[in-house]
Amino acid sequence: MSAVYEKVKLLLVDKFGVEEDEVDPTATFEDLDLDSLDLVEFALAAEEELGVRITDEEAEQLETLGETVKLLEEKGASA
Amino acid sequence: VSTAIAVTGLGLATPAGLGTEASWNGVLSGVSASARDPILEGLEVDFSCRVPGFDATDLLGRKPARRWDRFVQLAVWAARQAVADANLDTETWDGPRVGVVLGCGMGGAATWEEQHTRMLEKGPSKVSAMLIPMLVPNMVAGQLAMDLGATGPNLVTATACASGATAIGVARDLLRSGACDIVLTGGSEAGLTRLCITGFSQMGALSTRRDDPATASRPFDTDRDGFVAAEAAGVVVLEREDDARARGAHPRALVAGYGASADGYHITAPDPDGSGAERAILAALADAGVGPGDVDHVNAHGTSTPLNDVAEAKTLRRVLTGDYSVTSTKGVTGHALGSAGAIEAGFVSMTIKNGLVPPTANLENPDPEIDLDIVVDKPREQRVEVALSNSFGFGGQNAVLLFTSA
Repeated sequence: MSAVYEKVKLLLVDKFGVEEDEVDPTATFEDLDLDSLDLVEFALAAEEELGVRITDEEAEQLETLGETVKLLEEKGASA
Repeated sequence: VSTAIAVTGLGLATPAGLGTEASWNGVLSGVSASARDPILEGLEVDFSCRVPGFDATDLLGRKPARRWDRFVQLAVWAARQAVADANLDTETWDGPRVGVVLGCGMGGAATWEEQHTRMLEKGPSKVSAMLIPMLVPNMVAGQLAMDLGATGPNLVTATACASGATAIGVARDLLRSGACDIVLTGGSEAGLTRLCITGFSQMGALSTRRDDPATASRPFDTDRDGFVAAEAAGVVVLEREDDARARGAHPRALVAGYGASADGYHITAPDPDGSGAERAILAALADAGVGPGDVDHVNAHGTSTPLNDVAEAKTLRRVLTGDYSVTSTKGVTGHALGSAGAIEAGFVSMTIKNGLVPPTANLENPDPEIDLDIVVDKPREQRVEVALSNSFGFGGQNAVLLFTSA
């Protein structure tokens, strides 16, 4: 997995209380018990940690972690 | 209708200790929890009473640690203790018949301040989406509904430092009316922030005994100079006594009376003639059907402020006619604001159950204007049948609970 993925995983475990073994590219935010408010928080945290901004519209489209990491990488995120 | 309401469970997270037994042993010890507080460093008042060993991540998990303000964390933890103590099973209880009424004075003060600072420093786009759900005071009751499946009537009472007692009174009424079969009630407060403490300090409400915080909370003492702010949560489980006994529960005490009034006098100072407090006490007595000579113990509001303690003492002397012991557990716990009445209701239940009155910490030189039989130095063994718990809030709101032995 990519460095961005590892960073996202760390973020989810440290800040969002997700269990490490639940983190998987196919996992959805719903699978991880993260609601729309968490997603806003996640976008803020990702911006701080990775330096790229996910808009509200983009966040609404995101379902899986794999998609999320792909979007972050497309936007130029580097860990 | 005089349906007896029983206290069947108790959960406490107070500066005197984490858990009911630890809190009870703490107030019995008479050792004040007031200590230097690193968060308040550099302020005129740099000490407070915090709940020892309350690590939200360890006790509740990482998600609640992040998504709940501390006043909600303390309350959920205390509520789980109370439900377990009552021997109730949240999986099988009839959720819509279980109400939640909690008192809270401030709400998520720490969240508010943190996010306001963030907005000023980093801009509006960096403000947390959790700001509002974390700071609204009613969330503490809402979260209990989610956590325990208690989906009956659900609300938070705000009568400042009387909030916890008001909540228990309202909860009692929900059981008497038949609206609920079980009510989780009490209060929670976690307002030990730099801004809140500064606000209380600017009012002159707080003790400024910086050189010796452990002796700063000294209810009824000549040298008292203000209260010491505390955080705490106290949750009691109330049921109709008949229901409780039918399921084999063992009530610690009965909530036999509740009286409420407003001074209509001043935003923060108690009415020196105590007429508002007197009406609340008389209403609680009348509600319970006991006379002013029947009370044998009072857990006083006893904040350690110059004005409260003397006004309260004079009111008690005037209204109650029998022999009664008085204590203020705030000498140990400090003043937990919106949860004070809740944790003190817990202490009164323990006093009735165990026949022990905790001492008032730091009472070394009794104020000559205060003529009461105040318990000092060590716990007093006393069989208590009828006890009052006084709570008076800024805004002139008074709430008095009357407990009897079960």
